[in-house]
Amino acid sequence: MTTGVRATARIVARDDGRGGTSLPVLAGEGPLALRRTRGSGDEARVMIVGAMSGPLGGDHFTVQAEVAKGALLHVGSAAATIALPGQAKGEARYDVRLHVAAGGELRWLPEQLISAQGSELYVSSRIDLAHGARLIHREEQVLGRAGEQPGRLTSRLTVRVGERPLLDQELACGPGAPGGWDGPAVLAGHRAMGQLVVVRPEFERDPVQPQQMGEYAALTPLAGPAVLVTALAPDALQLRRVLDQALQALT
Amino acid sequence: MSRAALLVLADGRFPAGGHAHSGGAEAAVRAGRITGAASLEEFCRGRLHTAGLVSASLAAAAALGADPAALDTAADARTPSPALRVAARRLGRQLMRAARATWPSGELDALAGEFPKGAHQPVVLGLAARAAGLGADDAAHCVAYESVSGPATATVRLLSLDPFDATAVLARLAPELDRVADQAVLAARRTLDDGVDALPAASAPLLEISAEAHAAWAVRLFAS
Amino acid sequence: MMHLDHTHDGPTAVSADAQRPDGTRRALRIGLGGPVGSGKTATVAALCRALRDQISLAVVTNDIYTREDAEFLLREAVLPPERITAVETGACPHTAIRDDISANLEAVEDLEDEAGPLDLILVESGGDNLTATFSKGLVDAQIFVIDVAGGDDIPRKGGPGVTTADLLVVNKTDLAPYVGSDLARMAADAKAQRAELPVVFQSLRTGDGVTGVADWVRARLAAWAA
Repeated sequence: MTTGVRATARIVARDDGRGGTSLPVLAGEGPLALRRTRGSGDEARVMIVGAMSGPLGGDHFTVQAEVAKGALLHVGSAAATIALPGQAKGEARYDVRLHVAAGGELRWLPEQLISAQGSELYVSSRIDLAHGARLIHREEQVLGRAGEQPGRLTSRLTVRVGERPLLDQELACGPGAPGGWDGPAVLAGHRAMGQLVVVRPEFERDPVQPQQMGEYAALTPLAGPAVLVTALAPDALQLRRVLDQALQALT
Repeated sequence: MSRAALLVLADGRFPAGGHAHSGGAEAAVRAGRITGAASLEEFCRGRLHTAGLVSASLAAAAALGADPAALDTAADARTPSPALRVAARRLGRQLMRAARATWPSGELDALAGEFPKGAHQPVVLGLAARAAGLGADDAAHCVAYESVSGPATATVRLLSLDPFDATAVLARLAPELDRVADQAVLAARRTLDDGVDALPAASAPLLEISAEAHAAWAVRLFAS
Repeated sequence: MMHLDHTHDGPTAVSADAQRPDGTRRALRIGLGGPVGSGKTATVAALCRALRDQISLAVVTNDIYTREDAEFLLREAVLPPERITAVETGACPHTAIRDDISANLEAVEDLEDEAGPLDLILVESGGDNLTATFSKGLVDAQIFVIDVAGGDDIPRKGGPGVTTADLLVVNKTDLAPYVGSDLARMAADAKAQRAELPVVFQSLRTGDGVTGVADWVRARLAAWAA
């Protein structure tokens, strides 16, 4: 039996002492290549460049990022990530581990994750924020390429502020997922879903009001200095439009 | 352990406020997503494996003696919709009143003191089960069942659905309900060693989104 | 049985406890029930106007559709908004006032905490049917409101509301000539059903208005405070 690929990419962002952000660690591995690109203002911008498509069945990818006090890191990806069935048996894993210190800011804005037919992927995103850290985190999932049945996709997003759970959400869909995932309580046939988390210390004093964004999206203040935008859409394009609109309204 | 005590706690007529909540069914009926027994069943199935599983795990963990305040924080993190957090706390407060009158207990008094405006309902239910001499498995079954019986009863009123059809939906879900309760108890046991992160976090985006819309309606029959 | 004899030292009282957690006497709670359109909300509004300068009072409404009655009272400005609360009833107002009173108990306690101290809380039921009565765990006394236009045979037919309410109000007496209702017959039937329990005939548009009901409420308040 073939075993899958294991790869870890690491990013550390620090205040460079001159009003910008330096990247003392920027280490890609195998299929997870990292490129520093031109950022705007004080930010350091990093693109995750998929050197090959994946993750495939049996692969285990990990991306770690750490943002220190005073640093501003923006992470994007060059293209959508496509989960594909592989030669190796079993599900693929994609772990994202993010740490932001007080006074640091992370903008995590990758492209979509597409769950191709026959794939099996478990994504786990764990974000640990210190009190006083700032975060923009976008996550979009698309069930199947055009006209295709989705694979099995489970995605868990956990955000903590100073050890205290702020948000913990898991969505499981595709063949073999617990019943009702495509039904009237969960997705109701939508093929694209996204979450945008924005954490800002000032929300503590100045909480954001809940807001409807059409029938299939809502902006909700969490039990902490944060808001979550949850959106469903027929496709990736329409989903992005809603999340962009929400992000704009918040900035 | 008393099977009869479980019947008292699980009885739909137990006076703890549940009758005024539809578990999202009112919004789904208005949106045309629940139109009859078949779509009610899919709705209930989806709710059971998401909000139902999470709630059952919280209740089982509380019944096993996990720290209720930590469970309450975990429940908040698993409930992005403020309207649903408010509903869960209101129901928790109402259940607290009924439980303290029914099974007086120092643990319930302490939780009521810590959360005068209500802790999340499943946490209160887990402690109520403890006070009634019931176990984690009972608490999990009770909450898993509530997660589907609420929408089914509400749909009977909202759509004038044949009550026999609605009850048959619940009966068809019974084997899955048993499995969800088992999963919940396993997760709850892990929580004792690994903390609340071991609790399931299964989510239903449409329940959260439509709860916000429902809370803003000027005219509605159900509180949630 | 909802009322327990032992004292509760926790933050929430249980049901009909006459004392608040801090040991002070809680407000008198009077329920108003009766069929749809009989004039419950109008009677509550008139009572608020008649009593608000003498006592501290608040209102809980139980609508079939949420908030409509509460919004009527708000529009009429009979009380400041913080003294009016709506309870949602899941399409079953009688359940919320009789079988599962937990949401209403919370509403009355919150009113006392947030708008208190209060002497009186009026709990209005959503318009339901002739069998809907309030639990003794929720209210200390109840008023059942019917009207002459609903048919002059209602007192004769009886039912728990008509026969057991602490006060029966026959409303809209000014309409009796137009709808062919026989007030004397209604009074005789009510007497037969209720023996010594009081009955007030009122028209909120003419004559003494809500005075008879307001006097009865004042007497209950005096007895409660004694």
